Amino acid sequence: MNQQRPINLDLTKFSFPLPALTSITHRVAGLILFVGIIFLLCTLSDSLESAEGFAAAKQSMTTGFGSFITWGLLSALSFHFVAGIKHLLMDMGIGEGKESGVRAAIVTIIVSVILIILAGVWVWA
Amino acid sequence: MGVSITNLSRSGLSDWLIQRFSAVILAVYTVFIVGYLLSNPDLSFAQWQELFDCTVFRIFSLLALISTIAHAWIGMWTISTDYIKPAATRFAFQVICFLAMFVYLVWGIDIIWGV
Repeated sequence: MNQQRPINLDLTKFSFPLPALTSITHRVAGLILFVGIIFLLCTLSDSLESAEGFAAAKQSMTTGFGSFITWGLLSALSFHFVAGIKHLLMDMGIGEGKESGVRAAIVTIIVSVILIILAGVWVWA
Repeated sequence: MGVSITNLSRSGLSDWLIQRFSAVILAVYTVFIVGYLLSNPDLSFAQWQELFDCTVFRIFSLLALISTIAHAWIGMWTISTDYIKPAATRFAFQVICFLAMFVYLVWGIDIIWGV
């Protein structure tokens, strides 16, 4: 084997195409949601416990630091949802070509940014 | 490469199908919950409790919980096998994921079906 062959696995030197970036973001969002289940179950448990628990859950989800967790999880969910639908469409052969893949990635980003902004409006407005 | 023994169904094709099927269930559940919360901006505790008292919704929630766990296992397994090269570290990560999912499952069932 040629020992002098060029090996470059330095990820910081790679230039990633847009579909690769949406793919890794999809994975990161999934990881965030997996950890976020802790907060969701805590809140759900409180909200069903009693009227006071319900009020407290509502308070913690919509004010202060808790509102950022709510928005963060809604944002991760938005992106994961949209990118997931892109995946299902790709399974059907839609948006998996070289050009169409980039277009699908652009649409994924635009739609999720809109949803993330709307999630912020929902949490804080 | 070696034979895979930690993926959910021991078959890549079956994992692929489970990932899609659970994704659709979770998408429907998400749309339902978001739609319910948006259409009830002044949601009261009584209304919320009534929703979770409904057996159909409990079954729907349990289905979503189980789907979450299957979906997350396949997702976390994919991430761990793609990015964590040392076998011991990867296995440790998978064990932590498994324990977290087991806790989510039991805790989730307790919340959904507990009185």
